[in-house]
Amino acid sequence: MDQRTRLLEAALFAAPRPLALDELAVLDPEASEDDWRRALAELRDHYDVEGHGVELAELAGGWQILTLPLFAEAIERAAFAERPARLSAAALEVLAIVAYRQPVGRAEIEDIRGVSCGGVLRMLQERNLIEVAGRSEGLGRPLLYATTAQFLELLGLADLAALPRTDELSVALRPLAAPEPERAAAAAPAPAAPSPAPPEP
Amino acid sequence: MTGAGAGAIPAAAGAGRAAGAASEGGFVVTLERYSGPLDLLLALIRREEIDIWDIPIARVADQFVQVMRALGLDEAAEYLEMAARLLRIKAQMLLPRRGDEEPWEDPRHELVRRLLEYQQIREVVDWLAAAARRRAERYARGWLPGPPRLPPAPPELDLTELMEAVERVLAMAPDPVLFRVMPRPLDVEGATRKISALLAEHERFGWRDLLGEHPTIVDILSALVSLLELARRGTLALAQSRPFTPFEVSRGPAYQTA
Repeated sequence: MDQRTRLLEAALFAAPRPLALDELAVLDPEASEDDWRRALAELRDHYDVEGHGVELAELAGGWQILTLPLFAEAIERAAFAERPARLSAAALEVLAIVAYRQPVGRAEIEDIRGVSCGGVLRMLQERNLIEVAGRSEGLGRPLLYATTAQFLELLGLADLAALPRTDELSVALRPLAAPEPERAAAAAPAPAAPSPAPPEP
Repeated sequence: MTGAGAGAIPAAAGAGRAAGAASEGGFVVTLERYSGPLDLLLALIRREEIDIWDIPIARVADQFVQVMRALGLDEAAEYLEMAARLLRIKAQMLLPRRGDEEPWEDPRHELVRRLLEYQQIREVVDWLAAAARRRAERYARGWLPGPPRLPPAPPELDLTELMEAVERVLAMAPDPVLFRVMPRPLDVEGATRKISALLAEHERFGWRDLLGEHPTIVDILSALVSLLELARRGTLALAQSRPFTPFEVSRGPAYQTA
């Protein structure tokens, strides 16, 4: 590998979070963004082609070295690392609404869900998955929430554009001919083709 | 949904299970199964294979209330509100419609809109949950807790470095000036003898004549105290022609040539 690619690898290894392009620029003022892109591509190929236990992942607007899913079970069984605590259905619902409607106030979230969610909002803020992004101009100037980089990191997303587009969902907010149209094929990007889950017993 | 804390928020009060719901009158809510009234409603519509665009509202309203009762949800405000809404729509549906020429707005329309919106959110939730699961299978290098806000680590140095630093500081410091305060009693008696001797020789003299070539502060103070005392007694008189000029000493009214 090129000297700069090795420097990139060392930096990604040392950093506790994904590193963005502008952060990489600090490493070597002589290198341009394109130089770093080339280094990133080289490192990615290096991992993918030669066969490593790790891969280069694009996360939350930056890059990070992650282990391959193949070894997750063994690592967890050996208790070398812990998976992050899973989010409750209520928390995911609030996150989904905030992600798509941001910046969004509590009243709108509660209106969509049909239940109050002050506790969930607080918990999500404590876990740094959402943050206050400002105040609405409306009555009482309520707080507006937005998702954070931590949210993208937790879900393994490069940016918000990686979320499925609303018109790719099987139920879109527009008049439909049938109650449950089969549009799963159109919702291509995610392996988890969204389909209405049956109520769990 | 097996996660214990799943959806533990929607109801205001304590968490409980359906099992205990029927018996006591307490506030018991099943929280694991439905994350809210819309969720319950969607579940009913799916179970009954109902066309969401043509909901038989009377049937759904009855079943909603029935499930609420069975699960002990009938005290949770949000479920009650939805039940009330359903019953109102049911009533509106029963009202006779006026002439065909007037546009009739389906009272179910708003409910359908909310259900679809909510179902869309549920789909996104499934997608998010899957994304989080996939991400959780890939570990970053060692999980590091956020940097704690601690004071900076103490500097590392050995004893010789420390001593050298002390030396440098001491070298930079100016030499210390030490004052020792010593008691020096005034020699008023000696000054008085000298003044008497001078007065005996001269009728008047400048007060500087009292002091030698290099008077010490003690000499000056002693002479001053002595002069003032003798002037008080009238043995001598003090006169100053103009301000800030040396004053002149002369024999006073009580002067006696002893």
